[in-house]
Amino acid sequence: MATKVRIPTPLRKLTNNEELVEVNAATIGDAIVELQTRYPGIKERLLDETGAVRRFVNVYVNEEDIRFLQNQQTKLKDGDEVSIIPAIAGG
Amino acid sequence: MKALKCRECGREYPLTASHVCEFDFGPLEVVYDYERIKRSISRAVILSRNNSMWRYRELLPVAEEPTVGRQVGFTPLVKADRLAKALGIREVWIKNDTVNYPTLSFKDRVVSVALSRARELGFTTVACASTGNLANSVAANAASAGLKAYVFIPADLEQGKIVNSLIYGANVIGIRGHYDEVNRLCAEIAGKYGWAFVNVNMRPYYAEGSKSMGFEIIEQLGWKIPRHTVVCMASGSLLTKIQKSYQEFMKLGLASETEYKIHGAQATGCAPIATAQKAGLDFFKPVKPNTIAKSLAIGTPADGFYALKVMKETGGSADDVSDDEIREAIKLLAETEGIFAETAGGVTVGVAKKLIASGKIPAKDSVVLCITGNGLKTLDAVNGHAGSPREIKPSLREFEGLLATENQSTANA
Repeated sequence: MATKVRIPTPLRKLTNNEELVEVNAATIGDAIVELQTRYPGIKERLLDETGAVRRFVNVYVNEEDIRFLQNQQTKLKDGDEVSIIPAIAGG
Repeated sequence: MKALKCRECGREYPLTASHVCEFDFGPLEVVYDYERIKRSISRAVILSRNNSMWRYRELLPVAEEPTVGRQVGFTPLVKADRLAKALGIREVWIKNDTVNYPTLSFKDRVVSVALSRARELGFTTVACASTGNLANSVAANAASAGLKAYVFIPADLEQGKIVNSLIYGANVIGIRGHYDEVNRLCAEIAGKYGWAFVNVNMRPYYAEGSKSMGFEIIEQLGWKIPRHTVVCMASGSLLTKIQKSYQEFMKLGLASETEYKIHGAQATGCAPIATAQKAGLDFFKPVKPNTIAKSLAIGTPADGFYALKVMKETGGSADDVSDDEIREAIKLLAETEGIFAETAGGVTVGVAKKLIASGKIPAKDSVVLCITGNGLKTLDAVNGHAGSPREIKPSLREFEGLLATENQSTANA
């Protein structure tokens, strides 16, 4: 169950500058737990005090925003690609 | 400029090309030294300068004199009496950015700041993710400044906006997806290439350019802050910067303290912020856009939280209008004031009409409508809805016959 996670620039200090890391997780929530185990500190950057994804963090599974899926319960399967991206302004 | 500061947690950063807080991804904003600015700016100083947005340069985030877009801004503020009568309100003013220089939308304001700052930081390639107007402006201003430009747009944009970017020699990349997807891709590209992405890593500077629209409104009203302002919302950034401009002019003593309300306008086919405001929420739910107002079609508005906060703090309201209402409003503005706005302008006028009808903007008050882009860019949206010319032979008899038929049908109607 290998899922690729694309790490945004501001978080790469935590992942030893790795841009793409692989996790073995059943859901987005599990993936965040696994990332935290490997890269301590990353969880509090992604989730707020209540455990919800921070409001300026957007998480995508295969280009779909998880808010259109099942948020942190969104299931992951082999070959899925997760992107973590800061919200940006209009145009 | 003193620093960049996270709007969420307050951490400060140096004045580089950087837009998110490393800690919580909150947006970074430029911090100014208002005490110092207060000593160098005054109404007299502003009045002594050229008629462009740069007459307020102390409040715009560049370190030196601007080098890109020095003629941008100072668009007309039009007293719209015929529109006011049609809307049933005492007074309406149109802030008319349909004639902004050089690309006929308010985006020239933000781009002139972003590119001037990009040059100061040593960039030679500039880029943007755009729903069209920004692409036009980046392409044109980069051309005049001799910068290389990459613009990323949804592939299904209006033809006018595509040609309007290509003509300047910019690299135009059409993405098969909607703006939010273009945006996501650009965030990834921006992280990888050393380019100045005007609305990604240059965003803190870029967004400040919108304040100039508010400064001009105040000055053109005789240094008065309008009681009501209606602003269209895509990401919500313009609305928050209009408020910031009002606050800054009060803080610096350029306008007297006064109560004002800022109202937000969206298209029903993409109304995450308006929907949240109407439901009394301080957060929004992202949507998938489906509207003719493509320049406002942002389903995940980055400044949505702050736009909601501004409306709440000022007592403003939000509403949304359907595609048909947008077309009707475009026609109303054109027929009453001779101003041809793009779809976003139709949204602003249409929502103003609703807010006046419901009393949220009282009929005894005065309102400023921010019209942000030119109708010639979105002809597709109104083509076939504005009637068509009646053709006749070059013969006086045919013309008189046509007039007679028309008078007949008017009489019968």
